[in-house]
Formats: sequence, C-alpha cells, structure tokens
Amino acid sequence: MKHHLILRVITKLLVGPIMLFAFYVQFHGDYSPGGGFQAGVIMAVGIIIYGIVFDMEHAKKVLPAWFVHKMLAFGVLLYTFTGVISFFRGKNFLDYSALSPHSAIHGQHYGILIIELGVGITVSGVMIAIYYAFGSRTSEINDAEW
Amino acid sequence: MSLSISHSDSFSLIEQLPILQILVPFVSAPLIVFIGNRKVAWWIAFIASLISLLIAINLLLLVNDGSIISYHIGGWAPPIGIEYRVDALNAFVLVLITLISSIVVPYAYKSVENEIPEQHHTLFYAAYLLCVTGLMGVVITGDVFNVFVFLEISSLASYVLISLGSHRDKRALTSAFNYLIIGTIGATFFVIGIGLLYMVTGTLNMVDMAELLEGKSSSSTVRSAFAFIVVGVGLKLAIYPLHIWLPKAYTFAPSVITAFLAATATKVAIYILIRFMFTIFRPSFLEELNVLDLVILPLSIAAMIIASLIAVFQKDFKGLLAYSSIAQVGYILLGISLMSERGLTAAIIHIFNHGITKVALFMVAGAYVIKRGGSLLTDLQGAGFTMPWTSTATVIGCLSLIGIPGTAGFISKWILVEAAIENGKWPLAIIIIFSSLLAVIYCWRVIETLYFKNGDSKIIVNEAPLSMLISIWIASLACIYFGFNTDTTISISDLAAKMLYLTSLNSY
Amino acid sequence: MITWEFIIGHLNYWFFIVLMMTGLYIVIAKGNLVKKVVGLNIFQTSVFMFYISIGKVIGGTAPIFPMDMKINNDVVYSNPLPHVLILTAIVVGIATTSLALALIVRIREEYGTIEEDEIFIIEQELDFSNTRSNTDKPIGHF
Repeated sequence: MKHHLILRVITKLLVGPIMLFAFYVQFHGDYSPGGGFQAGVIMAVGIIIYGIVFDMEHAKKVLPAWFVHKMLAFGVLLYTFTGVISFFRGKNFLDYSALSPHSAIHGQHYGILIIELGVGITVSGVMIAIYYAFGSRTSEINDAEW
Repeated sequence: MSLSISHSDSFSLIEQLPILQILVPFVSAPLIVFIGNRKVAWWIAFIASLISLLIAINLLLLVNDGSIISYHIGGWAPPIGIEYRVDALNAFVLVLITLISSIVVPYAYKSVENEIPEQHHTLFYAAYLLCVTGLMGVVITGDVFNVFVFLEISSLASYVLISLGSHRDKRALTSAFNYLIIGTIGATFFVIGIGLLYMVTGTLNMVDMAELLEGKSSSSTVRSAFAFIVVGVGLKLAIYPLHIWLPKAYTFAPSVITAFLAATATKVAIYILIRFMFTIFRPSFLEELNVLDLVILPLSIAAMIIASLIAVFQKDFKGLLAYSSIAQVGYILLGISLMSERGLTAAIIHIFNHGITKVALFMVAGAYVIKRGGSLLTDLQGAGFTMPWTSTATVIGCLSLIGIPGTAGFISKWILVEAAIENGKWPLAIIIIFSSLLAVIYCWRVIETLYFKNGDSKIIVNEAPLSMLISIWIASLACIYFGFNTDTTISISDLAAKMLYLTSLNSY
Repeated sequence: MITWEFIIGHLNYWFFIVLMMTGLYIVIAKGNLVKKVVGLNIFQTSVFMFYISIGKVIGGTAPIFPMDMKINNDVVYSNPLPHVLILTAIVVGIATTSLALALIVRIREEYGTIEEDEIFIIEQELDFSNTRSNTDKPIGHF
C-alpha cells in the first residue's frame, strides 16, 4: 500500500497512540474494564496495521517472527510461574495472596498485575504470529489465482 | 468421604499433586517453544510424560480407598472457585492417559523423524503436550465450563497434529478440517447444554450442580440440556452415526498421533459422558427419561455390528483399526447403557483395556509405515517374515482386540457379557459374541496378509528401529499382563463404578 | 399455551435459535470451505449471545466495583459470570477460526480448490487408486 499517502501518514500518527492505549488498558485492567486479553489485541493491532500499510517485512524488523514465538511462550511461562510461587508459600496454585508477605490484598494486586502481563504478552504474540503466518503465505499463491 | 486439603505454611508436594498433574505438561509446552531445539523438545516431552505418569499413579494410590481429593485453585472454595476433584474414576483415566503418553513419546522419536519435516518437530511436541494437558484437564476438573475449555485445548491441538500427516498424504488436511468442523459443532452443543444447566442451577461446580438439579428432572430446560450434552459429547466420542470424522482422521494422521488419540481422546469423551450421566444427572434421571434403553443401547449395538462389518472391508490397516475403534466404543456404551454397577465396571475397564490394545496396534501400524512405506494391506504382504518382532506384536494386539482368554480384551468382554446376563439381557451377550466373531474376521485378514501372502520370495529381515520396538512391546506385553493380573484393573473400576452409584444415592 | 407474552418474553431465545440454525445450515449446505467457517462462526456467536442474554438481570447495571469502595446494597447488578465464560469461549472461537483458515490455505495449496465437491472428486480418485498422494521425496533418513 505504498501509494496510499493518506493511509501511510495516518498510520504513522496512529501507531504510537494505539500502543500507548494498549499499555493503559494493560495496567489499569485490575481496577477498570480491561486487562491482558484486550491490551494484547490492541498491541497486536498496532503492529499489524503497521505491517499492512507499510510492508510486513518492516513489521518483521521490529518484531521478528522468532521473537514473536518466544514472546507467546514467555507469556504462558510468566503466568504459570506466578501461580507456582504460591506453592512455595504453602498456598494453592494461583493463590495471589501468597505473593506479598504483609498483606493478602497487596498480594492479590501483584498477582493480577503479573498474570495479566503474561496474558497480554501471549495474546499479542499469538495475534501477531497468526498475522505473520497468513501474511507470509501470499507469495506462494499468486494474486491472479485467488 | 472427602479428604480436604489443609493449608499449612510449608510446601507440601502431596497437596499440590492435582494441579501438578496439569501443570507439568502445560509448562513443558511453552518451554519447548521457548528453547526451540528439536532434540531438547523430545527430552522435555519424555520427562514431562514420565513425571505425569508418576503423579497419576500417586493420585490413584491416594484415592484407591474410596476417598476423594478436592483441590481449590487460587484458594477459592468450591461452589465459587474452580475445583479439581479426583476420585477413583478420574485417577484411573489419568493413569491411562499418562501411561499411553509415556509409551508413545519414546516411539515418537523415530516415527516423527520419518513422517514430519524437521522444522515442525519442536512445535509438534509442544502441540502434543498441549493435547495431553487438555485431555488430563478434562478428566481432573470438577467444573463443567472448565471441561469445555480443556476439551477445546485438546481438540485444537489434535486438529493441528492430525493435519501434520499432510506430508505423507494430503488427505490429512481435509480430514483434519472435517474433524474441526464436526468437533467444533460438538463442543458448541456441549456449551449450549452447560448454559442451559447454568440457567437452572446458577452454578458450574459439578457436585453443587448435581445437588441443585435434584427433583428438577421434569424441567424441559434440564432435559434439553441433557440432549445437547449427549449429542455434543457424542460427536467427540464417535457414537455410531456421529463417527464420520473418525476413520479418515485416524487413517491420515501421523502414526504417533493416531496411536495416542485412538487410545485416549475418545476415552476421555466417554469419561465426560459417564461423569455427566452419573455424577450430575444421576441414574434416576436417566431411568425417568429411559434414554439409555431407547437411544444409547440401539446405537451401541449398531456400532458393534455395522462398524465391525465395515472394518472387514477396509483396504488400509489404519482404517481397519479406526472402524474397529468405533465398534469398541460401542462395547463401552453398551456397558454404560446396561444401567447396572457391573455394566459400568465393564465399561470403565474396557476404557483401559481397549486403550492399551489400540495403542499397541496403531504403533505397529506406524512401524509398517516406516518400513513398508504405508499401512495399506498390500504394503503389509509378507511382513510377518521381514519384520518378525513387529508382526508378533501385531498378533498379540489382534488377539486382545478379539478377546482371546489371556489378553486384556478378554477380561473386559467377559465382564460385559456377565453384566448383560446378570441383567437378564442374554440376547446382548450373543450380540457381543457375534461382534467378536466379526473382529476375528478382520483380524484374520491382517494376519493372513502378514504371514500367508508373501510379496517377495527372498526374506531379508528389516526390523523397525529399536526405540519403536521397545514401545510396541511394552504395550503388547501390557495387553497380556492385564489379561492375567486382573485384580488391579477390576478392583479399581469396581470401586469407580460403586462410587458413581453411591454419589447418586446420597449426596454429600 | 403459546401466547404473545410467551413469544415476546423469550425474544432473546428466538434470536438465538434463528442465528444458530442459520449458522448450522450454512455449515451443512455450503460447499465452499470458507463459507463453512463463516457459518461455524455464526453458529458459535449465537451461543455467545445466548449466554450473555441469560446473564442479564432485569434492572441490573454493569457489575463494576465502585471506585470509592462504598458498596450500595440497593443497586442490582447483572450477573458477570456468563460474560467471563464467553470471553473464554470467544478466545477458543478465534483459535478455531484461525486454525480452520490455516487449514483452508493448506488445502488450497495441495488441492488447488476450496470447493468441497471438487475436493471430494480428487479424494475419490485417490481412495480408489490405492496409492499415496505424496509427491515429495521421503522425509526421514531411513
């Protein structure tokens, strides 16, 4: 879409605020509507719109495909290891109150923050990975055939 | 009855066993992706399977006395939080899944190398472990919506795994697609059923739901929920007319996956059916609706006869085994539909015995794929002489499939026949024996091609790789072992069946 | 007894049933694989809407905890649990859809078509010719 000047300019303007909004939704998810799922998708949208308007190759320079794979694995690992920490404090899996020695409420806060971060990383990783997987295929089927 | 877990400040492994059962494979899957090395991936998968097996055996030993382990995730008490609930039936199915997984993973090393291109290996093992996680999650959870989530995890992983067979045969793609469509419709039906139950009870916990459903059996919402759940799960477990996805998916999937799914996936779906029928809806509800006699019984008889007949005319060894699987699902459903404790015992024990028999046979089929280039019966001609160890295992598996005394298959069929006669339904006993005779015919076709149709005149021994042979022989020796040492399997399934009937009598 | 109250009072169920049947019909009747996936999506969406509609409590408001922490017992909240469940189900639906589309791309590459009847003809030939369709070289080192 190199010849669409308006799209290119607007995309360049929008990608930043989209990312910022993603972080807002991510870190306010424990108190207001939002959280990892939504933030992850918004974050992925920022990358995907950049990839659609400029080239996917440019998006891949920012986030290489191998990095996206590690990202989605890392998110899940972050999630589970947060849960596992409560084992060693004598609580059940995902019992966040074990995370803070002083107050259960603070523990719940830390827990939900870290876990939502894990969810956010995984979700954005998965969305971008799906986009890359489908986008990379186009070269193998030429346009006239579709 | 229930063994509640007390919270102590120290870390105790025994208390955390139910969640570790799920966590070990679940953490291993992203770990494999994160490390991204194909040799390491295999080792992680192997170690994760072994650890899961140990955990499952431990759980089984803990609940072997009829107690129930209840694990509260996040420390939230049951009706509100998600509960993992292990009783004898759960633990038995968990042992089956992890045992099969531990047998299949060593076998996978060479088989996957042969059937799947190298760049997919790491993701293959990750998807495989997710499939194991999903299946175990379905079994261990005590929350109905959690059942759906885990069911979909395992199903999505298995669609991917089946489609990886496309490097050998492109029909794997369409069969995976068909399975996806049908499986998703089944899962959605299941969700509708859960939604209707939620409307009536306002809870998702199985035990709580069962108590709240008491005396509501005449409500049309409850009845339609039951219908949706039975049809939805029926699509997943391939009850006879809903089986169309199964033969092709099993034929064209990679051999490892066929072996694993045939032994576990349909069994887990049957577990869901048993759990919903007996723990949530209770036998009194089933008797009131008369659904087992009117629907499940005829369908299971149809499966036993028609699917066996179709199996006789199959050209592909894997396809033959797939149709035989549908017939064997018929046996299990027949045991359930007898509506007696003995019948349920027969069903549960057949879940286990058929699991180990089918894993042996499908692994053998995979060995032929490697050495003979395919599993068509024409590929197998004379393999009895060039691959003696593999073919001997085939014969043992076939004997167990037929139900010859001294094999695992005999035990479950014997109890099934016993249960049928005990209920005064002796025509069913004749049908079981007739279906076994059909099994003799299709098994004989395999043995005949192996030993009596010699493709080439000169015999060069060309055996499958050792790692595969070891797995195959562990599975076939298990078929014989559980044919002689029947105490463990019978006592556990007896206990499981008793508990299912007990919970239906007095709520706790 | 089917009265007007019954019909109007169960409006959400009628929508649910109509959507569900539309989706199921598309899945069964359409030959194009992409259309099947679209049908599947409609089918799933109907269930999502069904769940969300049963979570509604008459007069209930959005179940968000007030910022000032003062809990007013007079306020009726809608049941948030179905929404949470459906959030999970939507994610499952996305995974299913993307997997289905990925399979369709691969089918298109292998068969050259995404029409079910054309695929069926190709498969019939393969089934009867008794051969394997792999054209590429063997993968393993055996």
